[in-house]
Amino acid sequence: MSEAYAHPNYIKIWFWLLGLLVISVAGPMLEIPALTIITAFGIAIVKAYLVAANFMHLKFEKKFIWYLLILSICLLGVFFFGVAPDVMMTDGDQWIDCIADKSCVEQRL
Amino acid sequence: MSMHGPIATHRSATGVPSGRLAIWWLLASEIFIFGGLVTCFVLFKLNGTPGFEDASLTSTAAGAINTFVLLTSSLSIVLAHAAIEKGDRVKSFRYIWYTIGGGVVFLGIKTYEYTGKIIHGHVITENLFWSFYYTMTGLHALHVIGGMVIMALISFDIRKGHNYQRVELIGIYWHFVDLVWIFLFPLLYIANF
Repeated sequence: MSEAYAHPNYIKIWFWLLGLLVISVAGPMLEIPALTIITAFGIAIVKAYLVAANFMHLKFEKKFIWYLLILSICLLGVFFFGVAPDVMMTDGDQWIDCIADKSCVEQRL
Repeated sequence: MSMHGPIATHRSATGVPSGRLAIWWLLASEIFIFGGLVTCFVLFKLNGTPGFEDASLTSTAAGAINTFVLLTSSLSIVLAHAAIEKGDRVKSFRYIWYTIGGGVVFLGIKTYEYTGKIIHGHVITENLFWSFYYTMTGLHALHVIGGMVIMALISFDIRKGHNYQRVELIGIYWHFVDLVWIFLFPLLYIANF
């Protein structure tokens, strides 16, 4: 069994999560892309924090687990920034912009 | 050697019980699996790859209902954990089965969605968006199914009075499945631009 700690008020957190869900669904109705990004992904991060900290009890967890998860996310960042130039920078002599010349669309088909 | 319960219950070389450490280790690897897919999706979307405008064809209502279902099932599994910590096997068993019920509803809605999309010709090979859509949601659904099966096994175990700590472990896993969906929902259903 886990170590003793006071359980958070799970029902209250669940209501918070539902409130945030409503905002994330209502956000795009204003049809402002920048606001949609904030209401969709910003709120997703807040929801993820609420679930991880309270339901997964991460806020009661040893630092070791935090390091493990932070390391995983950092390595994911390395993957992202390592791959991003190859996918997104199509300038220069060594790059083939297959989207512009449609060759990657043909390859896909 | 006599032993009361699995060694993962008692051994705690890092200060974290081995069973729980193993679950976090598993989830760290899952971050790469889903994170890698999400990362590639974002890269292709930012790059203006054709097909990503099809995100407007997914049903926000279905996605939102499924988010509600998973958030609620997360609540029920954490309540199962709270109940078993008090030694209330019956209540914990019931909450675990509410959670499994949530998983069934989630999969039912997902099946309805898949059917609608496939009928309209939006199959996995149509374009890159639908490839990501089916891969990410399909892999997620497999995790839901796996979680439900394990939860069912654990529920019968705790009813007999064995391995109470496993409720917490499957709970952590289930919350992670919920977390993944929290990010898939805006990515596939909301950000239609």
